Amino acid sequence: MYGWTGKVLRVNLSDSTIKTENLNKEDLQDYIGARGLGTKLFVDEVDPLVEPLSAENKIIFMAGPLTGTIASSGGRYNVVTKGVLNGTIAASNSGGSFGPEIKYAGYDGFIIEGKAPAPVYLWICNDQAEIRDASELWGKDTVDTTDMIKEVTDDEAKVACIGPAGENLVKFACIMNEYNRAAGRSGAGAVMGAKNLKAIAVRGSKGLKVADNDRFLKAIMDARSKLQAHPVTGAGLKAYGTNILVNILNEHGGLPVKNFSEAAIFAEAEKISGEYQAENYLVRNKGCFGCSIGCGRVTRIKQGKYKGLGEGPEYEATWAMGANLAVADFEAISKANFLCNQLGLDPITMGGTLSCAIEMAEKGLIPQEDTGMEFRWSDPDLLVDMVKKTACREGFGNQLAEGSYRLAESYGHPEFSMTVKKQELPAYDPRGQQGIGLNYATSNRGGCHVRGYMTSPEVLGIPVVVDPDATEGKPDLLKIFQDLTALVDSAGLCLFITFALGLPEISEQLRAATGVAMSDEEFLLAGERIWNLERMFNLQAGFSKDDDVLPRRLLEEPMPAGPHKGRVVELDKMLPEYYDLRGWDDKGIPTEEKLAQLGISI
Amino acid sequence: MHKELIVQPEKCTGCRTCELICSFVHVQEFDPTRSRITVFNFDKAGFSVPIVCQQCSVAACMEVCPVGAIARSESTGAMEVNHDKCLRCKMCTIACPFGAAIYDPIKDIIAKCDLCKGDPMCVNLCASGALTYQEPTQANLNKRKTYAVKFKAVYEEVG
Repeated sequence: MYGWTGKVLRVNLSDSTIKTENLNKEDLQDYIGARGLGTKLFVDEVDPLVEPLSAENKIIFMAGPLTGTIASSGGRYNVVTKGVLNGTIAASNSGGSFGPEIKYAGYDGFIIEGKAPAPVYLWICNDQAEIRDASELWGKDTVDTTDMIKEVTDDEAKVACIGPAGENLVKFACIMNEYNRAAGRSGAGAVMGAKNLKAIAVRGSKGLKVADNDRFLKAIMDARSKLQAHPVTGAGLKAYGTNILVNILNEHGGLPVKNFSEAAIFAEAEKISGEYQAENYLVRNKGCFGCSIGCGRVTRIKQGKYKGLGEGPEYEATWAMGANLAVADFEAISKANFLCNQLGLDPITMGGTLSCAIEMAEKGLIPQEDTGMEFRWSDPDLLVDMVKKTACREGFGNQLAEGSYRLAESYGHPEFSMTVKKQELPAYDPRGQQGIGLNYATSNRGGCHVRGYMTSPEVLGIPVVVDPDATEGKPDLLKIFQDLTALVDSAGLCLFITFALGLPEISEQLRAATGVAMSDEEFLLAGERIWNLERMFNLQAGFSKDDDVLPRRLLEEPMPAGPHKGRVVELDKMLPEYYDLRGWDDKGIPTEEKLAQLGISI
Repeated sequence: MHKELIVQPEKCTGCRTCELICSFVHVQEFDPTRSRITVFNFDKAGFSVPIVCQQCSVAACMEVCPVGAIARSESTGAMEVNHDKCLRCKMCTIACPFGAAIYDPIKDIIAKCDLCKGDPMCVNLCASGALTYQEPTQANLNKRKTYAVKFKAVYEEVG
C-alpha cells in the first residue's frame, strides 16, 4: 500500500490487550485519513450518546496518507473523540513530528478504548507495543512527562501527553506533543485523563513509499515553489508568525475586545503584534515536520517575573489571553501561553472563559467571595494566576475549568458565554465578517476558526476578494471552504497551505502518493462526505438546528464603532441558503438523497 | 575550488525536509533513519542542528578504509564510496567523528552524503537558508558579514 500503511493499532486499556488490524481500502479512499478516517472509525464503533468521560468513549490518533512524506507541510495528525467540552465530534489537529512517527512505526493510527485501572502510558516502537505503568508520571507537567518518558524509552521518541489539566478533567484540556505542539481544542486531553492514559510515546524506523516517485516529486516541487512564492506562506508567516494577524484584524475592526463587549479594535494592539514579538522576543522560527513555512515562534522573555523560553504565543492565544482580556503585556501573555503548554490547556477557551468571568464580575453577576479576588480587565497577574489555578482546579479555577458556558449558566446568565455549541469563539468578531459568523454557527465542533476559515477571503482577499459585510455568496463559499478543509485535515496536511494551494495541488499530491485515481472533484466530495458524517454524528448526539446559532450579543448588539459599526451577524439571511446548498432539509438534517449521494449509511 | 555544503544551525527551523528529500532521492522512501543528513531538534531549548558529512579535507573515513573504497570525487569534492570495492567492514562509520557515514542494512551499503553529484537536493528544498551550497570563501565571507551587521547594530545602539 502506498501513502497509507493500511494498519491501525487497537489498544484496550480495560483488559490490556493490543492488536494490529488492517484498514478497509474503501474507507481509506472514502475518508482519506486523519480527521476523516478517524471519524469514520469512531462513528462506526461508538454510540453518539456516549458520555465523553466514560470508558465507552474512544480516542483515536490518526495520521493521513501524506503524513510523514515530503508533501507540502505534511506532518499533521488528528485526535478524534467525543469532545468533553461540548459533546460534539472532536477532531483536534496537531503538527510537530508525532504524526509522521506514527507512520514510521508502521501504522496509520491508534484506536484507544476502555479505561486503565491505574495511570499508564503507551510505548510503541515499530511492531512492539506495550502498556506501561505511569504512576510516577501522574501529576507531572507535559515537559517533565516528555523528558521522563524519553529517558526510559528512546531519546528520539515522539511523545504526546497530557498535563495536570487533563488529569484533573479540565473540560478544555489539550494534548501536547513534543513539548510545544497541541491538539488543542474540544478537551481531548480530558478524555485521556479519564482513561488514565498519561501519554503515548512512538518511535519508528519503517520507510514510507509513494505510488509514483517521479509524479510525487513533481507535485511536491510544484506545491513547495508556490508556497515559497506566496506573500503569506513565503514571507508574512515566516517574518511574523500567525501574530501577523493582530494588526491586520485590528485594522479591519475585527479583533474582539473584552469578551466581544466593545468595538473590535484594541487600542494597544501594536504591543501584542507579530511585529512587536519579532523585534523584542523572537529567538528563531520553528517549523513543523516537512514545513517550508515555519510559522512557529521560539520566544524568549529574558528577564522579569514572566521570564521564560518556549514556543508561541500564536495569534489565537495572543488574542484570547491578550486583547480579549484587555491585557497588552506581551510578556505576561507569553508566560500564560507557556503555562498552558506545560499544564495542558487550550489557551483559546482559557482566555474566553476568563474573559466571560471578568465581564460578569464587573457587572456584579459573580460575587468577589466566589472569585476570591478582584476580577478586572487589563490584569496580567490575574491571567497568569488563573491559568495555574484552572489546570489544578484550585479555588475559582475549579469553576473556570468547566468552560465559560457552564460557568455563566451556573450564575444564571449563559448569554455572557461567547460560545457556539459550548465551545469558545476564536479571534475574529463575526460582526465584521459575515461569513466567519456562518462558519462559527455551523462548525461541527462548535466555536472554531479552522473548519472554514472565511477570514482568508473576507479579510485577506485570498483566494478571492469578497465584501466582509455582505451575506450574498457566503454560504456557497463557506461550503467549499469547509469541504476543502476536511480534505486537507484528512490528507495530513496543514491548513495554512491553502493560502497558496488549491484543490488541484492537494489532489495531485494525494493521487501521486496513494496511486488512487480520484479526480479533484472526487477528493472534494470526500471532504463533503466527512463533513456530513460529522454532522450526522452530532445530530444523533442530540444537537439540532437550534444549536446552529451564535451568542445573542453577536446577533442583536450592533458593533459599537469602527469600520463595521452598526453591524450584527445576519445569520437568518445565510443559514437557510446554507442548508439548501448542503442538501439538508430546513431542520438542518441531511436528506436521504444527499446521504445516498455521499454513500453514508448511519 | 569545489562548492561546499554549509550548515548554519542558527537558521534551521527543524522541519526535517532535508531528511525526507535525502532518503527519497537515495532510497526512494521517506525514512529519516536512512537519510544521510539528520536534524536534531532540541525542542525545549528551541534549537535545531543538522548533522551531515563535512567532506573533510583530512577524511578519517578515507584514511581508515582498508581497501581504498572511499575517495574524493574530482568533480564535486565529495567523499564517495565505491560499493564494489567496499568490504562493509564499517570502520568508516566508526572513524567518522560526526556519525555522518552510516551502514544501510537494507541496501547493504555504506551511505554518506555524496552532494547529489553536485546538486544537493537538501539545499534545494531548505526553506530557511540553514543549508547552502557555495564556495567556501564566499560562505565564510557571508558569515563574517552576518556578524559584522550585528556588530554594527550594537555599535550604533551604544554610540
